Amino acid sequence: MKEKSAFSLLHGLFRRSALQKAAAVLFALLVWQIGALLIGEELILPSPISVLLRLFTIWWEAGILTAIGYSLLRIAAGFFIALALGVLLAVVAGRFPFVETLLFPYVAVVKAVPVVSFIVLAYVWMSSRTIAIFISFLIVLPTVYTTLLSGIKARDEKLEEMADVFAVSPKDRFLYLRLPNLAPYITSSVSLGAGLAWKSGVAAEIIAISSRSIGGLLYNASLEMRNVDLFTLTAILVLVSILFEKLLTFLLKLGFRRLWQK
Amino acid sequence: MILLNLCKSYGERAVLTNFSAHFEKGEISALMGPSGCGKTTLLRILLGIEKADAGEIRALGRPVAVFQEDRLSEPLSAIENVRLGRKDATREEAVALLSALGLSADAEKPVRELSGGMRRRVAIARALIADADTVLLDEPFSALDEDTKAEVLEFTRTALAGKTVLLITHDIDEARSFAGNRLYSFLVHQG
Repeated sequence: MKEKSAFSLLHGLFRRSALQKAAAVLFALLVWQIGALLIGEELILPSPISVLLRLFTIWWEAGILTAIGYSLLRIAAGFFIALALGVLLAVVAGRFPFVETLLFPYVAVVKAVPVVSFIVLAYVWMSSRTIAIFISFLIVLPTVYTTLLSGIKARDEKLEEMADVFAVSPKDRFLYLRLPNLAPYITSSVSLGAGLAWKSGVAAEIIAISSRSIGGLLYNASLEMRNVDLFTLTAILVLVSILFEKLLTFLLKLGFRRLWQK
Repeated sequence: MILLNLCKSYGERAVLTNFSAHFEKGEISALMGPSGCGKTTLLRILLGIEKADAGEIRALGRPVAVFQEDRLSEPLSAIENVRLGRKDATREEAVALLSALGLSADAEKPVRELSGGMRRRVAIARALIADADTVLLDEPFSALDEDTKAEVLEFTRTALAGKTVLLITHDIDEARSFAGNRLYSFLVHQG
């Protein structure tokens, strides 16, 4: 009885929290609308209604879908290369501690140096089309590596002992004993990394003025002072980035569930 | 199974001092002692998880255990957890064991959704399905209510017939029900 009432209370709190969040978003939009009305100049601050209306029409303009597609390809490429290499390096560093020490300076530098410095530097080395791939890769790699390495280090020694005693096969040991402990770290690194890949990748596209990219469109809109388009493209960027992250975490969780619920 | 003068210390603290005992092969015995007297350390040494500082173990065979903690794979079902006990264990064998332990309705559920007593029975089933000569039980019935405990204890005893079994407990009634008169006091076996 006591448990049930505690559960109901938590459920109620969660529902209230979701409602509160929705109310907070509406309130923020209202503040934005009031701000836009007070300023009264779309060139300085477009209203959310203008942005929403533009969001319905911008898709028909030439180059928008191509730009989104190319940005997605570049940023996803950088993200997945970083994910693969990050997993590999974390596994090796988890097995051989000297590798962690060896990699420490690189990780520290990438984490400490502002992303703009890397973009400017990369601009000297490579073409404006490949720069987003490199920057996404560079920024995501340490996040994936450090998060996964923490997961590998936090392995459950009691389960390992059990596996030794029952002579559990290496495959079952990995899939059913280690992976469940690693899963939250993998999901977290993918979720964090996906957001970072988009932020850094689009920043690289803007600075490198990449053609056929969201960053390039943002740059042009800014140059031509089309502020409604600037806000609309930013909204599209946020939506695509969120969809990318949610799709990846959804597929990961689905994969884990399929694997474990035989 | 003969244990001769086993010694184990952690730093300055001696946990086992010349521990000796003789457990008959193929019989069920119980080893009793108060909490913190070194029972679990002895189990870990017998399982090969830790090494004794000195002493000898003879004719142990391949041991498995029901640990004090359940040590289950949380997202896996009760059936799949039991099957981890033996490489070639079939679903049917696991289901049969779980049903005998009163878990037929919950066998397909992930163990993270099971109660403490249910999880305990899954851990016991995993040890019962294993292909082992020796089974070590570290307070395996502690999370069970009295009625369930009596049934599980009786089934476990029957299922382990013919194997060398050592129950480690501090409950004299449980030890007597499980091992009859083959009871060993932990303290008198330390010289």
